[in-house]
Amino acid sequence: MSFENFSFYMFATVLIGAALSVIFSRNPVHAALSLVLAFFTAAGIWLMLEAEFLAISLILVYVGAVMVLFLFVVMMLDINLNRMREGYWNYLLPALVVSGIFLAELIVLIGGRVSFSKPLEVPAAITVEGNTLQLGRLLYTEYLYAFELAAVILLVAIVAAIALTLRRRKDMKLVSTDEQFSANRENRLKIVSMPTEGGRREDPS
Amino acid sequence: MFGFIRDASKTFLLTELRKGLMLTLKYFFAPKITVQFPEEKTPQSSRFRGLHALRRYPNGEERCIGCKLCEAVCPALAITIESEQRDDGSRRTTRYDIDLTKCIFCGFCEESCPVDSIVETRVFEYHGEQRGDLVYTKEMLLAVGDRYEDEIAEDRESDAKYR
Amino acid sequence: MIVDFLTPYLGDQLAYFSWTLIKVLAILIPVTLCVAYLTLAERKVIGFIQLRLGPNRVGPKGLLQPFADVLKLLTKEIIIPNGANKFLFVIAPMLSLMPALAAWAVMPFADGLVLSNIDAGLLYVLAITSMGVYGVIVAGWASNSKYALIGAMRSGAQIVAYEIAMGFALVCVLMMSGSLNLTTIVETQRTSLGFLGWNLIPLFPMFVVYFISGVAETNRAPFDVAEGESEIVAGFHVEYSGTTFAVFFLAEYANMILIAALASLMFLGGWLSPIPGIPDGFGWLAAKVAFMLFFFLWFRATFPRYRYDQIMRLGWKVFIPVTIVWLVLIGVLMRMDWWPW
Repeated sequence: MSFENFSFYMFATVLIGAALSVIFSRNPVHAALSLVLAFFTAAGIWLMLEAEFLAISLILVYVGAVMVLFLFVVMMLDINLNRMREGYWNYLLPALVVSGIFLAELIVLIGGRVSFSKPLEVPAAITVEGNTLQLGRLLYTEYLYAFELAAVILLVAIVAAIALTLRRRKDMKLVSTDEQFSANRENRLKIVSMPTEGGRREDPS
Repeated sequence: MFGFIRDASKTFLLTELRKGLMLTLKYFFAPKITVQFPEEKTPQSSRFRGLHALRRYPNGEERCIGCKLCEAVCPALAITIESEQRDDGSRRTTRYDIDLTKCIFCGFCEESCPVDSIVETRVFEYHGEQRGDLVYTKEMLLAVGDRYEDEIAEDRESDAKYR
Repeated sequence: MIVDFLTPYLGDQLAYFSWTLIKVLAILIPVTLCVAYLTLAERKVIGFIQLRLGPNRVGPKGLLQPFADVLKLLTKEIIIPNGANKFLFVIAPMLSLMPALAAWAVMPFADGLVLSNIDAGLLYVLAITSMGVYGVIVAGWASNSKYALIGAMRSGAQIVAYEIAMGFALVCVLMMSGSLNLTTIVETQRTSLGFLGWNLIPLFPMFVVYFISGVAETNRAPFDVAEGESEIVAGFHVEYSGTTFAVFFLAEYANMILIAALASLMFLGGWLSPIPGIPDGFGWLAAKVAFMLFFFLWFRATFPRYRYDQIMRLGWKVFIPVTIVWLVLIGVLMRMDWWPW
C-alpha cells in the first residue's frame, strides 16, 4: 500500500468516525469538537487532491471561525438530557421522511456519475500556476456576479442579525468612549491662583 | 473643529502610547538599583530589630531576673518564662522560650526589660529547617547574646542618649 | 543529498520520511530553545524597565534559568480537578501547542531555506493559527471552573475579533506582492534601495494594526484579559499545573515568536538587508524577529490591562474600519502611475 493510499484510508476512517460521533455523542460539546475533527480530516483529503486553497479555506472559515462561535453557544447551554429524550420516538416519522428526501437528492445528484465498477476520475490538478490563482481568476471573471451576490447576501445577513438582536437598554450607565478620549486637562481642570494665608491680601477697593 | 482634529490626530498617531513607551525605554537603560543580597547588603540602623538575644553582665552572670515583664507585654504571646529561686537567693529563669514563628518583632520585650537583658540583634538571616527549630530556648538565646555581645553593646551605647 | 545517503539503508519512502523528520526537528528544537530564552528575556527586560536586574543566579548571568524552570514544571504533579472532563482537559494544552508549532512548516528562514514552500503559505499560517483558539476554549470548558470558562470565553471572542483585522492587514500585503507564498512576499520587497522597498513604508498603519492585533491574538498584555489575574485568577489555565501548564506556556511564547516572524517577513523584508550593499541572510531575519519580540515585552512592561469592552471596541470599531479604508486606499494608489513600490 502506498503512502498516499494509506493516508487516504486513514483520513477517511477518521472522518467517518468523527461524523458518526457528531450524531451519536450525548455531550453536545463532544459533538461540536467531533465536527471540528471531521472538517479537519476532510481538509486533509482535499489537500491530497492538491486542492490546497479549498482545504485551507475550509479550515480557516469553518474550523477557525464558525465552529468557534458554535462551540461558544453549545458551551453556554445547560442541556437537560432527560427532558430532551422525552418523546424521542415521536420524531421518527418526520426524521425518516427528511432523510429519505436527502438520500433521494444525493442519488439524483451524484448517482448518475458514479458506478461501482470503474473508479471516479479525479480531475487533474492545476500545476502550472497554482490553483489559488486559478480559482481567483475564475471567481473574479466568470463567476463574478454570483460571487458578489453571495457576498451581498452575507452582508445582508450580518446586518439583519445585528438589527434583530440589537436592543438599546435604557438603564445602562455607559460612558461614551469618545467623550472619555476627548477629555483633557484644559476642559477638566481649572487652576485658580489664590492668595496664601500669610501673603498680602489684595484690597478690594 | 480644531479640537476635534487635534484629538483625532492624537488618537491615530498613538501619541500617548508613544509617550509611555519612551518613558519605560528611558528606565530600561537607567542604572539598576537591585541589591545583590548575599554579596551586598543594605545599611542597617542601630535600632534594627532582628533575632533575639539574652545578654550577660561582664562577669558572666546572666542579666535576666525573671520579672516576666516581657512575657506580659508581648502582644503575640511568643514568650514563655518559668523562674525559680537559685541557691544564692536570687531569682533566675529556668525556662525562657521565644517562639519566633509567633514573634512580630515589635521590640516591646526589649523596651520593657529593666536590666537590658532581652534585646533584639541585627541578625535577620537565621532559619530553621523544621518548625520546632524556630522556638528559641534560653540556652540558644544566651548563645546568640554571647556571640554578638560586642555589636549589641555598641548599638545600645550609640542609642543610649535618645532613650 | 542526505536522502540519497539514507535510501540504501531505509528504502525510498522511509528515507524521505526520516529526512523530513530531521528537517522538522531542525526547526522545532531551535524554536523551543527560543521560547525558553524568550521567557528569560521577558523577565530580564521587564526587570530592567522596573529598575531591577531580573534573574541572574542560575548559571552565568542567569542563562540557565529557563532550564531550571522547565525542570521544576516537569517534576510537578498534574492535578485533574473534580468534575473535569479528563480527556479534553489533558488534550487541551496539546491543541494549543500543535498549531503554534505546525505553522512553522511554511516559514522561510532565508531564500530557499524552508521546510515546505507551498503556494498558499500565508493562508496556511492563518488557518493553522486560527485553530489555536480551540486549546483555550476546550481548556476553559473542560476545567469545570467558572474562572476558566470566563477566561476561555473572553479569549475566544477576542481571538476571533482580532483575526479579522489581522486578515485585512495581511490582504494589503497580498495586494502589494501579488502572492500568497511567503518567499515571494519577501522577494517582492527586494529593491536597490534597501529598507525603502519594504512593505513597512507604504503599509505602515497596517503594520501597526497587524502587530497590535498580533499582541491581542496571543493574549499578551495589555490584551491579557483572558488571564486577568486580578479578576479571574489566571483565566483558562487556572486548573493546570506542571507539564500541562508548561505546554500552554510553550504555546503562548511560540505564538509570540510566530507573530514576530510573520511581521518581519510581511513588513520588514524578512532576510533582506536594510542597507544596500550589505549581504542578505538569516541573521537579518533573526535580528528583526528579536526586535519585534522586544516590543511584546516592552508593551507588557508599559501598558495597563485593557478593559474587556474596550478591547472589543478597538477590534471591531477601530481596527476593522481602519484596515478597510487603507485597503481601498492602497488599491487606488497602486493603480497610479507614480506608485513606486
